[in-house]
Amino acid sequence: MKHRMPPTFGLSRDSLAFLNNNWGKTMSGTFTKAMARNIFYGGTVFFFLLFLALTFDTMRVLPKTDNRGELTPGAIAGKHIWETRNCLGCHSLLGEGAYFAPELGNVYERRGPLFIKAWMQAMPTNAPGRRQMPQFHLTDQELDDLVEFFRYTSGINTQNWPPNIEG
Amino acid sequence: MKYQSQAVAMPYFIAAIGLFVGQIIFGLIIGLQYVIGDFLFPEIPFNVARMVHTNLLIVWLLMGFMGAAYYLVPEEAETELHSPKLAIALFWIFLTAGALTILGYLFIDYNTLASMTGNDILATMGREFLEQPLITKIGIVIVALAFLYNISMTTLKGRKTVINIVLLLGLWGLAIFFLFAFYNPANLVLDKFYWWWVVHLWVEGVWELIMAALLAFVLIKVTGVDREVIEKWLYVIITLALVTGIIGTGHHYFWIGTPAYWQWWGSIFSALEPIPFFAMTVFAFNMVNRRKREHPNKVAVLWALGTGVMAFLGAGVWGFLHTLAPVNYFTHGSQITAAHGHMAFYGAYVMVVLCIISYAMPIMRGRAANDQRAQVLEMWSFWIMTIAMVFITLFLTAAGILQVWLQRVADTPMSFMMAQDQLTLFYWMRFWAGVAFFIGLITYVWSFFVKGESKPLIT
Repeated sequence: MKHRMPPTFGLSRDSLAFLNNNWGKTMSGTFTKAMARNIFYGGTVFFFLLFLALTFDTMRVLPKTDNRGELTPGAIAGKHIWETRNCLGCHSLLGEGAYFAPELGNVYERRGPLFIKAWMQAMPTNAPGRRQMPQFHLTDQELDDLVEFFRYTSGINTQNWPPNIEG
Repeated sequence: MKYQSQAVAMPYFIAAIGLFVGQIIFGLIIGLQYVIGDFLFPEIPFNVARMVHTNLLIVWLLMGFMGAAYYLVPEEAETELHSPKLAIALFWIFLTAGALTILGYLFIDYNTLASMTGNDILATMGREFLEQPLITKIGIVIVALAFLYNISMTTLKGRKTVINIVLLLGLWGLAIFFLFAFYNPANLVLDKFYWWWVVHLWVEGVWELIMAALLAFVLIKVTGVDREVIEKWLYVIITLALVTGIIGTGHHYFWIGTPAYWQWWGSIFSALEPIPFFAMTVFAFNMVNRRKREHPNKVAVLWALGTGVMAFLGAGVWGFLHTLAPVNYFTHGSQITAAHGHMAFYGAYVMVVLCIISYAMPIMRGRAANDQRAQVLEMWSFWIMTIAMVFITLFLTAAGILQVWLQRVADTPMSFMMAQDQLTLFYWMRFWAGVAFFIGLITYVWSFFVKGESKPLIT
């Protein structure tokens, strides 16, 4: 009976012998639990500190990208309306949220302020079988604030996301 | 059961399963609303049903984690639980708070609920997965702290095993990172940046510690493999999880107003995130192959192997699929994300909780393992739910690819709703796969009521 050689992956006979003799030790003998523990704590602390350093740098850079200059009182009030109507339960905002209804991070550019207000006032469409958006009974001021929030959001530097105006 | 106080886990497990059933019912509702848009409108709009679906998931998984900890910590520490009474009291508080919150979502207008519950004092609501009213969030913190006190005291007075330490690290991390839920600045970019400190650092960070600890515990019990070997594996797995997962947070910082360098950090580190899940799969199979005993609870072994494989597929493979920045540029916020979310949560967290329930529940009911017939039924439920989830994921992935093409890649991109109309076929198939999942879940619940000879309890 012909004996088939296992694949060597280009490794020399010596290195194969070394791996063969030491692989078992890696998970049993020489590589101890204490070593594994130390690598865990060391690795976790190191990468968490690195994460904090990146966070710190991000906080330093954000004023240039997050459009905070446009964060007007209206936009702040608009964000509160956005949250208290649970808009994210259907829509996405900068790609985050639910995927049941259109992306709204760029809706200010896609539709413009007048369309947004008129759209919300016309809801629900009650078209049979179609997805329905509730009527939120927002006042004119509240609608303006919400639009202002969308205007601020559309000015955030998102590295050119989404790929096109459709979101 | 080695210690009487481990029995406090029982109500947690029962409630977890009950809430799981509720979660799936609401999943079916929103799955149907994807194709019959006005289904249950205006009584239960999509956003409400989705919030119930996701919040129930979180609540029942937390219930499962707490039950698992109450079962596992005393056994590992070789001592009774510090205070079983506190554990029972916390159970009722948590269940009541959770139930009231869900009822609030369903029966009170969300804006009214917000003003009723102090959202004007400190606005924390209306953000994905953190929709809970302020008082519920505070309640979660109080319950979590009292729970951590209870199990930490138990650990301190007893044997400090690696499993207990890792589990405690995970649970403390869970509580600490939840505190970022209270930080909601008006600046949307900052809001999103720290929102991920709860969501990502939970599911791709500290929850992996909890998952690995639960898996290691069950594997020690059912395989009889030397604790030293299992604990070394445990350290290796959680090292891989945190070394890749912490900086891996960067894959959420591609397009939300954060600096472009996150595209490199996020892509590279999250591309490595499948490794810990792969290690978990290898670990589970390795330990079962090297088993030194034939444990009568076969179905618990099945869940242990299943959670490794499905977590690797769902979190690892389906995560990698869209995690590189140039790919994510097109897939971000599409049905691809939904596909990944479903299989990852099922594979990693649902299955690991069902695994510990499967192992511990028979023991708490006075037998080493359930009767053969009950086990076979539970195995059926394993396969029905798991295969159904594979199909849910495949159909959502197909829908996602088509959506991305029509809406973002094609020469003349379609609007969102026009593209959605083209996906109807896949949404229907996803819905029917969801129905199959529900049948699997009913089978699972049914398996608890199958009577038969009980095997003697081996201690």
